[in-house]
Amino acid sequence: MKRTFIVLSALILAALVLSACGGGAAEFVCEDEIGCVDYAPGDPVRIASALVISGPNTDLGTDSQYGVEIAMEFREEILGHPIELQAEDDGCSAEGGQTAGQKIVSDPSIVAVVGTSCSGAGVPMSQVISDAGYVMVSPSNTAPSLTDPDQAFNPGYLRTAHNDKVQGRAMATFALEELGVTTAAAIHDGDPYTEGLARVFADSFEEMGGTIVDFTAVNKGDTDMRPVLTSVAAAGPPEFIYYPVFTAEGGFLTKQAKEVAGLEDATLAAADGMISDAALDAVGEAGEGMYFSGPDLSFSGAIYESFIAAYNDKYGTDPISVFHAHAFDAANMIFDCVEEVALQDEDGTLHVGRQAMRDCLYATSGFQGITGTLTCDEFGDCADPKISVSQIQGGEYVRIWP
Amino acid sequence: MELIPTPLNAESEMRAKLQDTDIIGIILWIFRAVILVLVVWGTIAALLDNPYSTRQWLDFIVFGIAQGSMYALIAIGYTLVYGVLFMINFAHGEFFMSGVMTATVFLAGPMAASGFLNRNPILSLLIITLVSMAVSVLVAVVTERIAYKPLRKAPRLVPLITAIGASFFWQYFFRGLFGSEVKPFPQLEILTGTIPFLGTDILKTHVVVIIVTIIMLVGLNFFIMRTKIGKAIRAVAEDKDVAALMGIDVDRTVTITFATGAAMAGVAGVLFALVFRQVHFFMGFIPGIKAFTAAVLGGIGSVPGAAIGGFFLGMFESVGPALFLEGLGIPAPHQLKDVIAFTMLVFVLIFRPQGILGERLSEEKA
Repeated sequence: MKRTFIVLSALILAALVLSACGGGAAEFVCEDEIGCVDYAPGDPVRIASALVISGPNTDLGTDSQYGVEIAMEFREEILGHPIELQAEDDGCSAEGGQTAGQKIVSDPSIVAVVGTSCSGAGVPMSQVISDAGYVMVSPSNTAPSLTDPDQAFNPGYLRTAHNDKVQGRAMATFALEELGVTTAAAIHDGDPYTEGLARVFADSFEEMGGTIVDFTAVNKGDTDMRPVLTSVAAAGPPEFIYYPVFTAEGGFLTKQAKEVAGLEDATLAAADGMISDAALDAVGEAGEGMYFSGPDLSFSGAIYESFIAAYNDKYGTDPISVFHAHAFDAANMIFDCVEEVALQDEDGTLHVGRQAMRDCLYATSGFQGITGTLTCDEFGDCADPKISVSQIQGGEYVRIWP
Repeated sequence: MELIPTPLNAESEMRAKLQDTDIIGIILWIFRAVILVLVVWGTIAALLDNPYSTRQWLDFIVFGIAQGSMYALIAIGYTLVYGVLFMINFAHGEFFMSGVMTATVFLAGPMAASGFLNRNPILSLLIITLVSMAVSVLVAVVTERIAYKPLRKAPRLVPLITAIGASFFWQYFFRGLFGSEVKPFPQLEILTGTIPFLGTDILKTHVVVIIVTIIMLVGLNFFIMRTKIGKAIRAVAEDKDVAALMGIDVDRTVTITFATGAAMAGVAGVLFALVFRQVHFFMGFIPGIKAFTAAVLGGIGSVPGAAIGGFFLGMFESVGPALFLEGLGIPAPHQLKDVIAFTMLVFVLIFRPQGILGERLSEEKA
């Protein structure tokens, strides 16, 4: 019995050694630290997206996905391979980000990810993607924690969206200097994006000489905001209320703020999570005159014009939210890097090293995108951040500052 | 035939029982004491360093009653179905959503666009409410007939899981029908503004919500206690087999029970839309869970209990954060309103496991 075992083991070993040596001399050996993605001749280069494409924030993610699709259309092919998109939903929640991440890393043919839409989904997904050796570029995560090595940063995470350290400060400057208010309150919903932004706003506002009368929070999914608004009124009442939350909660806050005693005259403001057609519907008439901070979309240049033309052509509408250009740039950064690091066999087979992909993306410097000239730092902040403030006037967002 | 226990056995059994209750009892008492101390301490601290005016406290109470009214109306559906079938119908939140979604998309939206809504506000509201109730009832009856009736004799867990499945089905059915966006519900001009009351101003919508809820609850009580169908429902709740022997059509009665609960949910949906002015395919989930909590709080199976439970839950959510938590110096207390609501649920259930108004269910029913 024992002898049989030894003989068998020896045979298996021999077979293994033989098969390893058996290939031709030209056989590709992946030397990348965390592995390679291989594409046979004619097979598409596959990227994934993980954006919010369901629920009340659908516009935010769909708009970014359109940006990716247009980037694919403009690029047509990479080194003779077509490009294919695997679109996943981040659900704008931690669970959604986790699920989308797991699904993506179970597919070895995916080279990189554009996503997520929401920072709340980005935190778990960044972990999943990083652990599996993949790489992701987010077009719209803005929470400061995601690129903070002491908090939620993981290697393999980058973003083309601004860091909210910039946005929160811009809103505080606008409120103090343009509107001339001196007291403010900030409300978040516990999501990393909303909490981070509200925190930066509050800190900057106090630093610049204003007074924060209340810094409080609601729950995601809450509908009755009157109690929390009454507390805000009792604490101040503030002249200015900043609630950088999402469409559903933002709609309730906007409509109910006007009905709470003491807040009738308060100026209301929200952020880029609420710049969409759906958010306009959600705030309704109560949103008239309300302010929104967000990425400055006054882009120019030939690429942007052809981008908008393609957008109109393909989807029959003007952009429905604000992060289409950031998604377009994210996709192009990925395509450029695939082109740069891919090793091609004579028959056209592509080999893309995963660590090489990461190194290339983090080394991005002076990349000319629609959103500006992008240069990534070692923690994945690539944006050329420009923030503007718009106001709802006559049922439309009108850019008013700077 | 039971053996007469020997004294020794009885003693050891008793001792075991005592030890058992001791450990659990001590844990429960510690829990009760901790919560009581926290609540009392928080309340005293909040009242000593009172940042709110009397008017604002009154506002909190009114917000709580209005929110609680909606929970109460939805909770009726849980409690009725539980009373008759001993089944927790987790799809009930979807009955609530389906009616008002349909009424908003097909009626309220177009009516507002054409100006009809503000010209004939009362007539419009009546039509919207009737349609909402009708759709909710239809959805409930279809669910009951297709998903629940074939499982009437199955173990209790089976219809429970089916109900969760039905809940998902209806959510995504209505998402497919009306889209995933948030739909605005128009604001009625006659319901804009406030009415002065006891030194504060109550929103007109809140007045409507509270009055309609009271009318519906009184009407329901009349329906259950005084009409023949109500009597049939109560008979089936007592004992299905005997009720059938007395000539009551059990299937029909069960369907009517579902329909009654759904009609209440349909009204609650319209009230919800009036107050929050938007609807969404996922809007039934959280109110559904909260209303279930309210039903348990009040004593599941008891109709007045569901109403009381709803009002209590609404109050805890609205007043609780300011009263209990702010005094303890907890930041952003309103984010924790669900914690308060559910802690209160546990608290009430420790003292009264049957709920505020519930009767201890018999062995057979439990």
